Amino acid sequence: MKALTRRLAVRSVVVAILGGGSVALGATAATSTASGPAQAQAPAHIQFNRDIRPILSEHCFSCHGPDVQKMKGGLRLDLRDQALGPAKSGKKAIVPGDAAGSELVHRLDSTDPDELMPPPEAHKPLTPVQKALLQRWIAEGAEYQGHWAYQPLVRPPVPPGDAGEGSIDRFVRTHLEANGLKAAPEADRRTLARRLSLDLTGLPATPELVAAFEADAAPGAYERLVDRLLATPQYGERMAIGWLDVVRFADTIGYHSDNPRNIWPYRDYVLRSFNDNKPFDRFTREQLAGDLLPDASTESRVASGFNRLLLTTEEGGAQEKDYESRYLTDRVRAVGTVWMGQTIGCAQCHDHKFDPISTRDFYAMGAFFADVKETIIGRREDGMLVPTESQARELARRTAEARRLKERLEGSHPGLAASLERWRLERLRVLEADALWKAVAPASAESSGGAAVTIRDDRSVLVGGKTPDTDSTTVRMAGIPSGVIGLRLEVLPDPSLPSKGPGRAGNGNFVLTEVLARVVRDGAPARELAFESAWASQEQTVSAEKNPYGRWTAASVIDRDARGSFAGWAILPEAGKPSQLRLRLREPLTLASGERLEVELQQKHGHGNHTLGCFRLGVATDAAALVPPAVPMPAGGLAELIRVDPARRTPEQTAKLWAEFRAVAPELAGLRAELAAAEKARTDFEATVPRTLVTERSDKPRTVRVLPRGNWLVETGEIMEPAIPARFRPAARVASDRRLTRLDLADWLVSPENPLTARVVVNRIWRQFFGTGLSKVLDDFGAQGEPPRHPELLDWLASDFREGGWDVKRLVRLIVTSRTYRQSSVAPRELLARDPDNRELARQGRWRVEAEMVRDTALQVSGLLVPRIGGPSVRPYQPDGYWENLNFPQRGYDASTGGDQYRRGLYTWWQRSYVHPSMLAFDAATREECAAERNRSNIPQQALVLLNDPSYVEAARAFAARILREASGDDTARLSWAWRQALARDPSAAELAALRRLLEAQRAAFAQDPEAASQFTRTGKAPAPDGLDPVPWAAWTDVARALLNLHETITRS
Amino acid sequence: MNLSPEIRQSLLQQQTRRVFLGRASQGLGAVALGSILQPRLLAESAARPRGMAGVVNPLHVAAKARRVIWLSMAGGPSHLETFDPKPKLVEMHGKPMPESFTRGKQIAQLQGQKLVCYGPQLPFRRFGKSGVELCSLFTHLGSVADEICWVRSMTSEAINHDPAHMFMNTGSQIAGRPSMGSWVTYGLGTEAENLPGFVVLTSLGRGGQNQPIAARQWAAGMLPSRYQGVHLRGKGDPVMYLGAPAGVTRERQHEVVRTINELNRQHDALVDDPEISTRIAQYEMAFQMQASVPELMDTASEPASVQALYGCKPGDGSFASNCLLARRLAERGVRFIQLYHKDWDHHGEVKQGVEFKAAEIDRACMALITDLKQRDMLKDTLIVWAGEFGRTPMSQGGSGRDHHNAGFTIWMCGGGIRPGMVYGATDELGYAAVDSPVDVHDIHATLLHQLGIEHTRLSVKFQGLDVRLTGIAGRVIRDII
Repeated sequence: MKALTRRLAVRSVVVAILGGGSVALGATAATSTASGPAQAQAPAHIQFNRDIRPILSEHCFSCHGPDVQKMKGGLRLDLRDQALGPAKSGKKAIVPGDAAGSELVHRLDSTDPDELMPPPEAHKPLTPVQKALLQRWIAEGAEYQGHWAYQPLVRPPVPPGDAGEGSIDRFVRTHLEANGLKAAPEADRRTLARRLSLDLTGLPATPELVAAFEADAAPGAYERLVDRLLATPQYGERMAIGWLDVVRFADTIGYHSDNPRNIWPYRDYVLRSFNDNKPFDRFTREQLAGDLLPDASTESRVASGFNRLLLTTEEGGAQEKDYESRYLTDRVRAVGTVWMGQTIGCAQCHDHKFDPISTRDFYAMGAFFADVKETIIGRREDGMLVPTESQARELARRTAEARRLKERLEGSHPGLAASLERWRLERLRVLEADALWKAVAPASAESSGGAAVTIRDDRSVLVGGKTPDTDSTTVRMAGIPSGVIGLRLEVLPDPSLPSKGPGRAGNGNFVLTEVLARVVRDGAPARELAFESAWASQEQTVSAEKNPYGRWTAASVIDRDARGSFAGWAILPEAGKPSQLRLRLREPLTLASGERLEVELQQKHGHGNHTLGCFRLGVATDAAALVPPAVPMPAGGLAELIRVDPARRTPEQTAKLWAEFRAVAPELAGLRAELAAAEKARTDFEATVPRTLVTERSDKPRTVRVLPRGNWLVETGEIMEPAIPARFRPAARVASDRRLTRLDLADWLVSPENPLTARVVVNRIWRQFFGTGLSKVLDDFGAQGEPPRHPELLDWLASDFREGGWDVKRLVRLIVTSRTYRQSSVAPRELLARDPDNRELARQGRWRVEAEMVRDTALQVSGLLVPRIGGPSVRPYQPDGYWENLNFPQRGYDASTGGDQYRRGLYTWWQRSYVHPSMLAFDAATREECAAERNRSNIPQQALVLLNDPSYVEAARAFAARILREASGDDTARLSWAWRQALARDPSAAELAALRRLLEAQRAAFAQDPEAASQFTRTGKAPAPDGLDPVPWAAWTDVARALLNLHETITRS
Repeated sequence: MNLSPEIRQSLLQQQTRRVFLGRASQGLGAVALGSILQPRLLAESAARPRGMAGVVNPLHVAAKARRVIWLSMAGGPSHLETFDPKPKLVEMHGKPMPESFTRGKQIAQLQGQKLVCYGPQLPFRRFGKSGVELCSLFTHLGSVADEICWVRSMTSEAINHDPAHMFMNTGSQIAGRPSMGSWVTYGLGTEAENLPGFVVLTSLGRGGQNQPIAARQWAAGMLPSRYQGVHLRGKGDPVMYLGAPAGVTRERQHEVVRTINELNRQHDALVDDPEISTRIAQYEMAFQMQASVPELMDTASEPASVQALYGCKPGDGSFASNCLLARRLAERGVRFIQLYHKDWDHHGEVKQGVEFKAAEIDRACMALITDLKQRDMLKDTLIVWAGEFGRTPMSQGGSGRDHHNAGFTIWMCGGGIRPGMVYGATDELGYAAVDSPVDVHDIHATLLHQLGIEHTRLSVKFQGLDVRLTGIAGRVIRDII
């Protein structure tokens, strides 16, 4: 009953908050009530930024703000001098000191719906409190303040305090005192150790760590623990989670097919940078412009993968201009969220409604990225090689070995000079025999299939036009020499043919089924000539299943078609090159006067246009021409080299000839094989070296135009050069002639003139340690965001961060060693009611840990965790079919094996369109857009994951095995031991009793069904320890499941 | 995440309710948990209020519909072979597409190619008293044509699948906005006690153009995760991780859940954290889902006549089976039910493709309408049938059609939509919507209106903006309601 009353009290407070500001503490963020910390009563003094700007921004700026194109009534309220001037109507909206004379005040309560402001259709009525505030503000002089986040960052004075009190604590104490609050007492050591461990390493504190800390009575024990945790490599893993969300790091491209890309080395760069405590300004420059740095290194180039993290597409039918525009806007939004805390994306289509960012600013910002070399639509490239040190050594060794062999092969081989000359002469003889053939100019040529036939000056015949499946080309020749003993058909490549010919099939092939030759004379019957034998330079052996010869032979063209249309001469794979067919006549031929030689080339294959495309006929009279060549006919350039007399060769010709010879000389075969093996070894090894997408700069940046209303179809907008948004452009910097680069952008982001970056980053880091930012709205430091609840503290931390060399560890240490951080998170009910979101900092916060850490906790407690740092992303078990709606290609999912199954959550394969379901259930970001913050939901899917996901069941059975093997004593002793492993504290008697009841019930039940017990304890791939009886093991597994499921286990407090 | 006052309100209400349930769980909560094992207790507890309230309370306007069944025809159905007759295009078959139609418009895969008219590949005929002309393959749908409102002037901003689905579901082409199902559940809450308020089912028929669908299509975006769509799967556990581990019976699982909740309760007494009560309630809900979801999926319990009406067999994973499941979900108070049927992407062989699809959906759609009507649920169930875009009147590769967003057809039925009417029209070649063009925001505005929500008043604050399903556009199509 007491408890029930307590709950109802909480509810009544809730109702009060919703009821409209009577309890204003923490009631709203950037919202219409505009209630700052002191608004429980009316503020003593009106502050524009705290009290007025949020009202104007939410209710008025949409029509009377920075978007001048959409300005109504000639009234602009965000700039004081314009707000005080007359509007289009001639009336003055604001007359300082004269509320009654101010049109604005008149419009607030007008009964005329046409006059009332804000207009009723906007659905944004003002509350009486807000109206009163506006009136008072005008009555008191309508003073404006510059927007807080745009004010130069100046280190505020630290309030006085005793020597032992740090700066953070002094700011917070001063604030609490002013608001009548008291800090909570320091948390106990166990809680502190657990909090620090989760916040700094993402892993729960082990019982050993807690015990050591509790036992360390010497001064500085706390700071020592902090330093120890900051020095672990797990610190970088923990810090990386937030950064990877805000930059939208993922393993896949995101759109449509959502295919993989190489990018994980960027993730390792991030966690290494945190571990090395890389100054944040350097971290910024490397990511935006790691390729442009004067000292660009592999490391900085990997960092420049930042510019490639966006969503990309491979979808067919996507239009370049469309996606060029998507990529540009994606990158601008990223800079806005990651560094500036500005919702620049709004200015894609119109000038920003609330903040001083114009559409021109937007596209000028986009122009910084116009030099990023990339395929707009299609597969990403493999990226830059990122070898480890040992891989780099091995790659260098293999490269050197291949180079050494290559140099040896290409070096001089004086002993082989005679061999070279022999080789040359053999080929020369072949060339000389070939030269005995004489091409004959056709008198006519025609195609039976209706193709167009052209006789060319080089005596060749080119076939084009209609593409019949079968053809017969008939060529007539007059004027051949006397005593012809052989006929030659050269088939020739030609650019007009598919695959360059020589045939007309798509692959450049043809099938010559039969050659007929006859002597014709007008008015007399034709005299058929007989062939003795046939030879060809190339006979195709592939696709010869139906060919009765077993290959596509020369012989089949003179078999009088005895073997049908699947016999014939064909030449693959020699498409695109010349080949030749030689036919020996049975009897020498001399044409009598008036006689002509007619050659009919039959092509009866009948499938896929396997007809001749380009050929030339020739004859020979010398028997030497018909001797089959002893060596292959040298082609083109080599033939010329062969013909040059050694005495007349230029050194260049000699070198070329040697190169040809080395490639085939039998004496060098061993060396060539060694080189080939070495080169293969090198490329094989290179294929094992990770690659990652990096930024490469294009010399020709894409043209960036302002797209009216964001419409990429309109290509008439102004062309924009890279520029910093005008409102922030440093006045001191003279406009330069050169085009600004991404490095200039990065330099500006971390320059002293930039008021935003340090505030944005400090605020985001603060959230990691308190659950909420000092300004609650992490990604919008504009007018629609929330002025910070502790503005001096935020500015002090931001200045300290920037002036202290952008030292992240120093900042983190400063925060976690403060008394403010060390407060207890258990708070009196009145405080919880007054300040549910802990905006005042009169206590610590408590929240369910991030998705990755939920997994890490189970793995660590179970003993399964493999703490290896970095490497390719891994695949925890995932329900079958979860990726069934992915396509191009369809994808299966192979869960990682061995140690990779037990890696920390942050290494999980990040499939943007289907993020691992256990991660998603705990609010992991999909990383499609930059996300400064995650939800912290509490949904049934989380229960299903922790209860039933095989990863967690396996962790439970491994944890149970630990309990049975590592703990000793009776049930109670073991239960207590297990409890300590999970929660680093002892269980209460009631907790122990509840667990014991579970153990006994499950033990009795599993004893009835040992088969079920053994099935249950086989979940997952982890090897089972020997000698465990499945029945008690299964019962203890359920105890372990209960422990891993506890709210406290997954809560940081 | 930057929570708006509305979300806070909902969370706090939620928390308050859960706080109450959680605290009383020695009494009521225990009944809820125990009731799965003892049906009699379940019957007794059925008297208490069910589901979860939404932020639109009271409703902005009188609601005509209480739930939505959205049939997503993924891939982009050809309006020219389904519901938009174009005799003029028959005449123009094979002739060049007049440039006056296409100049300055977005074109997908036909970029830079010669554009040739491609006549409709299937015959049309009149159906019903309204005499609406539909492709003659759709005889079943034709038999209920007088229940349906055909919107023949639909348009979309996007022309590629992924962005077009995003636009149709979230009103934005930028990833990360809440899906309409999430908006509706956020606005109205759900009446389903042991089921999610927003459920998604997918099916694939004959054919090869199986375009991918990303889970972001049913994501809650910046709304709390509980409003995300839950994908009920045909294979394996219908809800991921629903099944208890191998070897663990329902009784054993119950024992574990009971212990977890007891230990959480003990801890809550020490630290006084409202999240713990919520956690306890979620474990109860999860445990109940382990029974309620399999019961839901068991369509074998439907009478033979119903199975015959839909033309499906239990567990066949077909679109028809999903339609039957949609009705079962609707009966159980699920607010937004979205079915994806894939393979409408007919770049080639559009005739055969539509023949396949018609065989898969025609009877099923009729059955869903008929079944709901028989149960007197059609009047407050809004059915929407829509692709993410339509297809070109121009030929692609001589047998197909390319993506097309300037004009296509969707239909709506039930939930106060005027039955038996045709709204809007494309030009004589079926290229652009010329009479009463409708865009995606208009459909969203109309859908919300039928549910009792003014679309301009359902928003959340995100990055300084009042984010709405309808963006800064959208108008209720008064003529069809």
